[in-house]
Amino acid sequence: MSERARMAVFGAGVLGFAAVLVWGLGGLPDFGDFAGRYGDYLAHTSVPQRHATSAISVTTFDFRGVDTLIEEFILFTAAVGVVALLRTGRERDDVAAEPESVRRPTAQSGSLGSVATALVGPGLVLGINVVLHGHLTPGGGFQGGVVLMSAFLLIYLGGCHIRLGRLRPLAAMEASEGVGAAGFALIGLGGLVIAGAYLENFLPFGRVGNLVSGGDIPLLNIAVGLEVMGALLVVLGEFLDQRLLMRKGEA
Amino acid sequence: MTAVQLVALVAVALGGTAVVLAHEPARQALVTGVYGFALAVLFLAFQAPDVALSQIVVGAIALPAMILYALRKIIRREEERDEG
Repeated sequence: MSERARMAVFGAGVLGFAAVLVWGLGGLPDFGDFAGRYGDYLAHTSVPQRHATSAISVTTFDFRGVDTLIEEFILFTAAVGVVALLRTGRERDDVAAEPESVRRPTAQSGSLGSVATALVGPGLVLGINVVLHGHLTPGGGFQGGVVLMSAFLLIYLGGCHIRLGRLRPLAAMEASEGVGAAGFALIGLGGLVIAGAYLENFLPFGRVGNLVSGGDIPLLNIAVGLEVMGALLVVLGEFLDQRLLMRKGEA
Repeated sequence: MTAVQLVALVAVALGGTAVVLAHEPARQALVTGVYGFALAVLFLAFQAPDVALSQIVVGAIALPAMILYALRKIIRREEERDEG
């Protein structure tokens, strides 16, 4: 196909797409004029029915908890897939993951190292805070888990590899990922056994606004936090291992 | 629409264009991070703090980091191929 013919096909497609898009946008409700009934319903029932002040957490972990369970397993499967891909052909190079090569500083600049190291602690505290208050304020397991992951990423930026000597946090992170994913499923199973339906709440709701309130929502948040942090760190750890292997080849 | 919302929308539009216009992949990864942060401000301005929180970390930190690691691996492999 000549370039002119290709441009003609492209132009026709763009014009058609733009026309349909403008037509569709014309039918949208006015700015700030949302009339969805479910939003109102959820905003008004989450505190009286579930004693949790974050309507979004109540929706994701209770009213549509099975949806969140499946999302969790999407992340779990994706992480396992990435690890399986990156680990092929690694055995013969496995020596490169030994501590002595790993302890080499990764930060090139001293100020970057100190800033990153100084932010690790606050990052961890913020992440734990976001996970534990998921049912009270914006945030929750997913957001907190990602914050925790970036705190660990700062350790690497600050000059240390995540896999430090015999500590091997990577193995701990794999465990965290599995425990989180299984924990969510098991809490759901607890609902089936005790309350009669999968993911049905089976714990006392507690007082509105307390740290321990909202039934099993805080527990589900912790499970998701562990899973998200573990999954992302396992994937990042695999990438970092690859990088270190190549560095050793360079030297 | 408030001024903050308007500014956030403009920043996202400019950021998205900048990502497309940045040609070098490594630079593109960094511009993606800035764009991700603009998106987070947009979500916050439109009263979605939950989404904004995930967006800050995923869009501004995790995604650029993963792109950079993947890039490093690809570039390395290409150099080896050129040598051998």
